[in-house]
Amino acid sequence: MNHILELKDLSISYTPGKFAVNKVCATIEENSITAIMGPSGCGKSTLLRAINRMHELYPDIKISGEILLKGNNILQMNPMIVRRMAGMVFQHPNPFPTMSIANNVLAGYNLNGIKLSKGGKEEIVESCLSSVGLWNEVKDSLNKMGTFLSGGQQQRLCIARALALKPDVLLMDEPTSALDPIATNRIEELLLELKKQLTIIIVTHNMSQAARISDHSMFMYLGDLIEYGNTEQMFTNPKDKKTEEYLNGQFG
Amino acid sequence: MRIINTSSIVYRQLKDKAFFIAICVLSSVMAIPLIAILFELIQKGYKQISFPFFTETAPSTLDAMMAKSAGELIPGGIVNGITGTLLIVSIAALIAIPTGILGGVYLAEKPKSIFSTIVRFLTELIQGTPSIIIGVIAYAWIVVPFGSYSAIAGSIALAIMMLPLIVRSTEETLKMLPRSLKEAGLALGSSYTNVVLKVLLPSAFNGLFTGILLAISRVTGETAPLMLTALGSTVINWDINNPTSSVSLLIWEFYNDPYLIDLIWSSSLFLLLLILALNLIAKYIVQRTSR
Repeated sequence: MNHILELKDLSISYTPGKFAVNKVCATIEENSITAIMGPSGCGKSTLLRAINRMHELYPDIKISGEILLKGNNILQMNPMIVRRMAGMVFQHPNPFPTMSIANNVLAGYNLNGIKLSKGGKEEIVESCLSSVGLWNEVKDSLNKMGTFLSGGQQQRLCIARALALKPDVLLMDEPTSALDPIATNRIEELLLELKKQLTIIIVTHNMSQAARISDHSMFMYLGDLIEYGNTEQMFTNPKDKKTEEYLNGQFG
Repeated sequence: MRIINTSSIVYRQLKDKAFFIAICVLSSVMAIPLIAILFELIQKGYKQISFPFFTETAPSTLDAMMAKSAGELIPGGIVNGITGTLLIVSIAALIAIPTGILGGVYLAEKPKSIFSTIVRFLTELIQGTPSIIIGVIAYAWIVVPFGSYSAIAGSIALAIMMLPLIVRSTEETLKMLPRSLKEAGLALGSSYTNVVLKVLLPSAFNGLFTGILLAISRVTGETAPLMLTALGSTVINWDINNPTSSVSLLIWEFYNDPYLIDLIWSSSLFLLLLILALNLIAKYIVQRTSR
């Protein structure tokens, strides 16, 4: 198995001396789904957001350590290139409200100033919307606003928008927590399909979701990576007592 | 069981009714001035408003005197004022809109920096500065060095008055946008500039547009700063380097001329309706957005 992503002694702090993520080391396999679990405030979203350098928007946040994406330390790369290699899907669906469905899919190209031919645009829109299972639902309303769709459809549109740039890694921050069970189910099926093309890291509050879709799981607690390993093994036979307590619902 | 005093309940109900009636009466008192002004302007001004009112320049004292002695309506119109207002306000908007929006973007993006605090304080100061003083400043900065009263001097004075309104409305609108919108743009690898120009500002368009309209309607009726800068003109002027009239300046000139004084009603009616229309459009946009 290829290791696409490697975290080395990654520490992140919001206030000096207090670490939201504390010396995390992990390697992530290509074409797998890795779930990051843990109680609120354990640093799972903070860890995820470091991978596409979202923290740079907030100058108080300090990062140390290394994040290697395909062997390159992303903390020393141009953030715009990093973000194109590592796409992000957020907790709440956030299609651009002023753009049509088609333009939302193409937003990555338009915002980066990449010119496409008309045929090229149509091909990207169709293939990306097809891969999130939205094409048949919206092919007659591509010029309607993205916000016109239902919540679950909007979230799939946001996934399509991230996929359009053909990232190597897809980072998902609780992508189904704002959705109903049917929409959640559709997205989970979609992720199992998508992992053939790329690597997915998903932060989730929902343990059964992690058990259903992920190959590997991380359990974080108070900024520390307590346990990381094969999902099936972690759920049946956790090594750490904290993990066991969390999975049994004793806290979290 | 407690004994309920029925007479006190009746008294309280009466008090409630009296209070409600007082609210109704006092709020209608607030509406009276505007209705009275409109009524007065329409009553005294409607006769003058006709086609030539919008196509002819302001009459000379002599023409007005002759028409009056013949018992006719004063001839001419206010087209030199309308075109002047259009020219001065358009150029003021051209200066104030980009500057104000970019300033607002800065305040929304760096809300806590020392520079933002200073800028915010200064915009409040400008907003509180009497318009005549802004006129004096524009006179000293532009009219004196260039040796001539001009439309551009008036535009700059009005632009300074528009700036705080546009800056603050831009800041407030951008602050209301969800943070995830900006993050979504950046997460696609976009540059910061493109996120601001192609995602944030278009999403805030309605708020920005409302702020701009209100700023325009605020300065359209300004007179004092224009007296010291644009001065006025008896002809239609499209050259920004020449003295130019405006509707508000014409009202002032008509007021000062005993033979033209009858024209103040129609001119005022026109100016008031223009500003009311701008306000109503702005209000309509706000309502449509909040729905």
